[in-house]
Amino acid sequence: MSNTSKDFAKENFITGVQQSKTTGEKIFKKYCISCHMADGSGVPHMNPPLIQTKYVLGEKEDLIKIILNGIGNVEINGETYTNKMPPLKKILKDQQIADVLTYVRNSFGNKAPAVTVTEVKAVRSKNT
Amino acid sequence: MKKNLLFPILLFSAVIFSIFSFTNISSSSKINQLPKTNADKAGLTLPAGFSASIVADNTGEARHIAVTKEGDLYIKLGSAKGGNGILFLQDPDQNGRYQKKTGFADYSGTEVGLKNGYLYASSNTTIYRYKLNDKDEVTDPKNPEIIVSGLLDHGEHNSKSFTFDDQGNLYVNVGAYSNSCQEQDRVPGSMGMKGCPILDSAGGIWQFKIDKLNQHYGDGVHYAIGLRNVVGLDWNQIDNALFVMQHGRDQLHDLFPKYYTTKQSAVLPAECMYEIHKGDNAGWPYIYYDQIQKKQILMPEYGGNGKKTADKKYLDPVMAFPGHMGPNGLLFYTGNQFPEKYKNGAFIAFHGSWNRSPEPQAGYFVVFVPFRDGKPSGKWEVFADGFAGEKVVMSPGKAEHRPCGLAQGPDGSLYVSDDSKGTIYKISYKK
Repeated sequence: MSNTSKDFAKENFITGVQQSKTTGEKIFKKYCISCHMADGSGVPHMNPPLIQTKYVLGEKEDLIKIILNGIGNVEINGETYTNKMPPLKKILKDQQIADVLTYVRNSFGNKAPAVTVTEVKAVRSKNT
Repeated sequence: MKKNLLFPILLFSAVIFSIFSFTNISSSSKINQLPKTNADKAGLTLPAGFSASIVADNTGEARHIAVTKEGDLYIKLGSAKGGNGILFLQDPDQNGRYQKKTGFADYSGTEVGLKNGYLYASSNTTIYRYKLNDKDEVTDPKNPEIIVSGLLDHGEHNSKSFTFDDQGNLYVNVGAYSNSCQEQDRVPGSMGMKGCPILDSAGGIWQFKIDKLNQHYGDGVHYAIGLRNVVGLDWNQIDNALFVMQHGRDQLHDLFPKYYTTKQSAVLPAECMYEIHKGDNAGWPYIYYDQIQKKQILMPEYGGNGKKTADKKYLDPVMAFPGHMGPNGLLFYTGNQFPEKYKNGAFIAFHGSWNRSPEPQAGYFVVFVPFRDGKPSGKWEVFADGFAGEKVVMSPGKAEHRPCGLAQGPDGSLYVSDDSKGTIYKISYKK
């Protein structure tokens, strides 16, 4: 569902974020839930929580890179999480990444601006 | 006109709804708590004749434990707290709770064990030992001897759990730093590395001498191979053999959805108990044990599809448990306090799963397996339940307590450690 008319831009922005969040929830349930859990609380010492952490609420570019490249041995509040998160750059398309990050950044008590497909494309093209 | 009324009505409804929801949340959490009808069971469900008490709590990330002949307790903390990775607890006035506490050993790690006048302990790379006085107290906590060093630690599966035989050897787990030896760990569809090079220095058990200092891999014996990660292990005195509990691989559905549904992936593969002799190969990463088909199945990473078997036959488990429950402690009971059926049988602390999402999690209990003549002689049964505090656990972070370590006291009581809240339980039997 796309809309390029400037007249409806504001209303469609809000609708677009909601749509992204809804689609993002489906992606979360397919690719993320087994490690991060349905409530985003992760697994002590193994898989990081997604609840109001600096990774989730911080710079969009860093977060997009985590989805693209994976990450391991993450430290949050003095605890280290030892399982590796795999790189998903070949598994998820740009729109899917934008959707799932918009969902995560607005769920589990998180409140942060949506991630757009344009932002994901830009990070992926710079990503070496 | 309608528009003017709509907003206040919606606002009023939202306020009422949120008050109602808040009330519902608090009352539903009360419903989920276990009834405190049995004050002498410390919130646990136990077989008839057994009672439990909490002998210590808030100790930290209490992983494995050891009880001295004086009834004092050593705890290995997963992460050192205030510079202390080992706690020593005593109960001088014998009131059933450890009030006196000292600490030492500023390193993380999982294991503690008592042998021949020493306390042995492991970080995630090194095995230390501390001389004990005749009251089993560590007199020089700042100067342990190094027994083994240089064991691999890449984060994943890094518990260096160990146990002893009666011939002067110790057996240590070096867990594989990988889920299933994929070329790319945990990436959907990534296939297994040819020949799995991880196996040459991890994914197995190494045997070392308990009284030789500064040993490295080369000084040890590569005792067993093909074990993904063993956190709970114990020596069986009847068999004179090593028994281990393997943590089976994760994410069959996530990584190979073509062959496994989420429901299948929640129970497969089995968590396995193996009897291990020198040179045994339990088959990771090439096969897993399917407790439903009752056979070794080729891993999808190596060409499997949930049905194919491997060309080679690996070690069969002596007992197979439902998947992902996380067996973190194994103890052969040699005491005389418990009824006859428990003698020389095995207690297993199942830490509790995470990899069953979106299905409910499982485990979070202590199980008993009866043994006769060194072999399992019947079905496994749940011995102590209720650690999680909820009937249904959806995510491990919500479990109140998670059983991790097991130890036998001098009077034959069973001690259980919880690495979530640091509670230590003592379970006893009275005729």
